[in-house]
Amino acid sequence: MTEPAVEISGLRKSYGAIEAVRGVDLRVERGEVFALLGPNGAGKTTTVEILEGHRRRDAGEVRVLGHDPERNERALKERVGIVLQQTGVELYLTVGEVVELIGGYYPAPRAVDEVLELVGLTEQAKQRVIKLSGGQKRRVDLAVAIVGDPELLFLDEPTTGFDPSARRQAWDTLRGLTQLGKTIFLTTHFMDEAQALADRVAVMTAGRIVATGTVDELISGGEPVSRIRFRLPDNVAPPEGLGARREASVWRLETTTPTRSLHELTSWAVNAAVQLSELEVSRRSLEDVYLELTGQPPDQGEGAA
Amino acid sequence: MRGVALALRQVAYENRAFWRNPAAAFFTFAFPLIFLVIFTTIFGREAARFFTGGIITLSIVSATFTNIAMSVTLAREEGILKRVRGTPLPPFAYLLGRMLHAVAIGLILAVIVVGYGALFQEVEVPWAGLPVLVLTLIAGSAALCALGLAASALIPNSDAAPAVVNAAVLPLYFISNVFTPADQLPAWLDAVSRIFPIRHLADAVASVYTAAPAAPPIPWLDLAVVAAWGVGAAVFALRFFRWEPRR
Repeated sequence: MTEPAVEISGLRKSYGAIEAVRGVDLRVERGEVFALLGPNGAGKTTTVEILEGHRRRDAGEVRVLGHDPERNERALKERVGIVLQQTGVELYLTVGEVVELIGGYYPAPRAVDEVLELVGLTEQAKQRVIKLSGGQKRRVDLAVAIVGDPELLFLDEPTTGFDPSARRQAWDTLRGLTQLGKTIFLTTHFMDEAQALADRVAVMTAGRIVATGTVDELISGGEPVSRIRFRLPDNVAPPEGLGARREASVWRLETTTPTRSLHELTSWAVNAAVQLSELEVSRRSLEDVYLELTGQPPDQGEGAA
Repeated sequence: MRGVALALRQVAYENRAFWRNPAAAFFTFAFPLIFLVIFTTIFGREAARFFTGGIITLSIVSATFTNIAMSVTLAREEGILKRVRGTPLPPFAYLLGRMLHAVAIGLILAVIVVGYGALFQEVEVPWAGLPVLVLTLIAGSAALCALGLAASALIPNSDAAPAVVNAAVLPLYFISNVFTPADQLPAWLDAVSRIFPIRHLADAVASVYTAAPAAPPIPWLDLAVVAAWGVGAAVFALRFFRWEPRR
């Protein structure tokens, strides 16, 4: 039982001339919360739908809980829960009926009340799905995905279209699920979502994985990096040795020795009698890393492949 | 066997959803009955025997072909089919559940139509022909369910579904011994209508009422044409049925 929850090597998938997935290798351990992070069109949904058995791959090896998902085996489906990007439940059944109906497909379903409690839909149990708000419908999706008590849960962009408070709620629900020891594989294009939920993140862009690691590892590359930003009058520049660069009217610098850098900066400013207005020290965020990894134009050599 | 049990369970939920959906309940269930009342009222007792048979056929087509083609297309569009594919429910159990429900609705409608004819139109129940009628309705329902699935594979999206389905069945109702007696058709139109299964279903149903109170011979030829359409449609659906909307 120590086999990984998900294991992918050399995965490729094209739609006509478009190569959506261009050689992906991934491994997700049991009990892990794993986020596949990337911009729209990076190939995340294609990858997760191959894992779910909704798409056939062109090349590569895929194992989900030891099964090949392409074979559509019932034994695998009984152990996996899926939240698709789109809601897909009968609109004229009540929330409780939908969960009960789909629970009946599984060998050992959870109690309907318990599932509704977990996703925060207890009060809507007797409401028809068609009457629910968009966020509530997404929670029905989640309820339906967990009613079979799966070992592994796939979530494709679970909070896209949510308002901020609904997202926080969804995150709390998902964290609750991780307490139950489930493996979660989620895709998202929100950095904060990956940061809030995931033990480990893979950044995907243009069909490839460009970085993998814990959020901390990705942010620091092993060393913690701090960012310092400040404003200066137009005709003043900080000492060159600090390595600060100017972006519009703001100066920025990144450092692994923030105490020293700040000391040098502030002593210079005091001596030169200039004001470091709006001085700010912060941690480098996953967003910065993400933009560095995905926001740059693709490398010429790679793009031709 | 577990698949069949799951399909039956599916029927129960399908049934709840069906009656709560005003469009489904109205167009599938109320429509044929409204036609029945209007036609028998306008054309009187002499035509009641014809229309009883015609509306039984209309009921079966409406409950199976029209209903399945539209509701399965909508379920695909809503992502319900894709969601089902991600669960351990065998796909055939899901579709079988839908079809069994559709057939049940068709048979209930047929009973209402027969009862209405007997109670209000002096069209006595064709007791001796009932075995032939039941055989015809079950064969017809099965074939039309398969045709509904095949149609849903052809229909691009749920917006197009009502147009495509009605364009297929409405003209056929007029030339297939359903809304108007087929003996009034010119020869070429009669020949055209005999290509399609609705005509043969309607002829088989009508034979029960024309033979009453005696039992009609089993309409083998009509049943064979209906069955051929059903088998063809099933083969087509197996090959081309899609679980996801077109992109």
